[in-house]
Amino acid sequence: MLSLGIDSGSTTTKGALFDGTNIVRTQVIPTTSNPKESMRRLYEEMHTDQVGYVVATGYGRELLPQADKRVTEITCHARGAAFLCPKTGAVVDIGGQDSKVILLDRDRNVVDFLMNDKCAAGTGRFIEVMMRILEEDLKNIDQFVAGKHPVNITSMCTVFAESEIVSLLAQGVDRGDIALGIIQSICKRTSFFAKRLNLHDTVFFSGGLAQFPIFCRTLEEFLQLPVVTHPMAQLAGAIGASVIGYQKAKQILK
Amino acid sequence: MEIKKELPAIFEEFAQARRNSFITAKELKDKDIPMVGVFCTYFPNEIANAMGAVVVGLCSTSDETIPEAEKDLPRNLCPLIKSSYGFAKTDKCPFFYFSDLIVGETTCDGKKKMYEYLGEFKPVHVMELPNTQSENALVLWKSEIIKLKEVLEKHFETTITEEQIREAVHIKNEERKALKRLYALPKLVPSPISGMDIYNILYGSTFKFDKKAIPQEIDKIIEKIKAEYEAREDKTRKPRILITGCPLGGVSEKIIRAVEAQGAEVVCFENCNGAKSVEELVDEDAADIYEAIARRYLNIGCSCMSPNPHRLRLLGQLIDEYQVDAVVDVILQACHTYNVETLMIKRFVNQEKGIPYMSIETDYSTADAGQINTRMAAFVEML
Ligand code: SF4
Ligand code: SF4
Repeated sequence: MLSLGIDSGSTTTKGALFDGTNIVRTQVIPTTSNPKESMRRLYEEMHTDQVGYVVATGYGRELLPQADKRVTEITCHARGAAFLCPKTGAVVDIGGQDSKVILLDRDRNVVDFLMNDKCAAGTGRFIEVMMRILEEDLKNIDQFVAGKHPVNITSMCTVFAESEIVSLLAQGVDRGDIALGIIQSICKRTSFFAKRLNLHDTVFFSGGLAQFPIFCRTLEEFLQLPVVTHPMAQLAGAIGASVIGYQKAKQILK
Repeated sequence: MEIKKELPAIFEEFAQARRNSFITAKELKDKDIPMVGVFCTYFPNEIANAMGAVVVGLCSTSDETIPEAEKDLPRNLCPLIKSSYGFAKTDKCPFFYFSDLIVGETTCDGKKKMYEYLGEFKPVHVMELPNTQSENALVLWKSEIIKLKEVLEKHFETTITEEQIREAVHIKNEERKALKRLYALPKLVPSPISGMDIYNILYGSTFKFDKKAIPQEIDKIIEKIKAEYEAREDKTRKPRILITGCPLGGVSEKIIRAVEAQGAEVVCFENCNGAKSVEELVDEDAADIYEAIARRYLNIGCSCMSPNPHRLRLLGQLIDEYQVDAVVDVILQACHTYNVETLMIKRFVNQEKGIPYMSIETDYSTADAGQINTRMAAFVEML
């Protein structure tokens, strides 16, 4: 038997198939302006006769009628992170539109969480906007800031930070120094936010920025805790959904 | 949910009390019954009731008048204050319109500064509420209660006797006891009544002006609910949530529905919509009735008190009595005092009571309804 997890996010819709031991297949498609349609498409591409249980998660979790169960992205994300990295004691996720921190207990259940969904600062959106002003592709960020000296970015708000950077550029400050300053600012802010929960164990870092080593290292510095990530970190929600689905299916069969 | 449909008209009548009482208010005024408008749980109702006045809560619950309020008040002020002020300014609230006198207290900064402007539209009397609960504070608060009596006597050209006050204390206590009997129903597991229904009845009861009739009406509802409960087949336990924090007002739907839609039930309101304003009685037999009233009201565990031990005391008691599984702390945006207290409440709930805690900051808009749903769902999944 397989279980299918589908995570409907704001920019991509992700799917994962789980056989009880391994993630056997994953898939990512862009979320269109019709998230329901994106979920349906992914479902049709991934669903086979072997699939015994389907869990939907993410913003669009209510939109897939075929789902046997709907679980929030918080629970799925935590479960997925613990699956990918069993040492995980907490998850820090910097998404495109929000960021969240999830605290797990020893049995890898969610015990507490925080969400920042009110403000773009401290999300992936912040860095996107800033990189655009610096006219640099986020993809090259690691090389771009190598050996640079961070400038202090003081503004807490995306709009004000933008004008702060424009004036730094006008003063002729090195673009790489500014970029490193931005990375520090977002990681510092994220770690202040995260520290409101009692983090004490390995932190699993996910979201688009987690693939860049510079973000992991900087976050580690501010959190003063080991920070790990995984090549499949972006799929943590879908993976968690499929793992939860598998357990549910087993309970039913029992 | 299924309960609501079955409930008799009397129940609906409570939920609709506010709407109906627009008319009732007019009728009362036609009979020359004075009306005192208030904004806060600290208002000592008994003093106004003693002279036969009705007391109406003016805390507004909709964001409709906020833009108008923001012309005069800062944007980053609590929505309850902005909305209330906006209704006063635009004359959209019949209760405000019919109020002969508004009484406020020096509670939180935002409210007490707002009262300074409110005086431009209506006669306003502000009681000096101490922000500690010491014995000195009690002396001051008692003198403020006596002063309130004098202000009312002068404003309405009447006299208020001690006998009338004692009578009013008794009636108010009976009302409180009845409301307590109702909101104690969820001590049964599972709860026989939804949190939304409790909220509506409690809220509606503040617009029932025949206070003497309340106990009987409430008891009828209780009987009906109990009968329904007996007959109910599905008695599976659901996660039991207690709500604390700011008055819910304009966010009641958003919060309570979000909890109950996730398969949990709100079994208790610690805030000013419930226990905080009802739980404690005035000592009817006290030799000094003013002091007894003062003590009862000063004991209210609002975050404008520093320190605020009574909030924790009541919270702890309710968590035990209602077998609460988790606590949701509702913070209205820009309410600094309750927001600062979230840390203390979280520590208490997590460490001393050993159950999960979540705080939610929100306002009267519907913009964050989806996010709140997700948070609540994740919170309930955690239980
Ligand atoms: S929360 Fe405090 S200030 Fe607000 S109504 Fe209740 S007692 Fe009054
Ligand atoms: S909710 Fe907070 S800020 Fe608003 S009136 Fe009550 S105590 Fe004041």
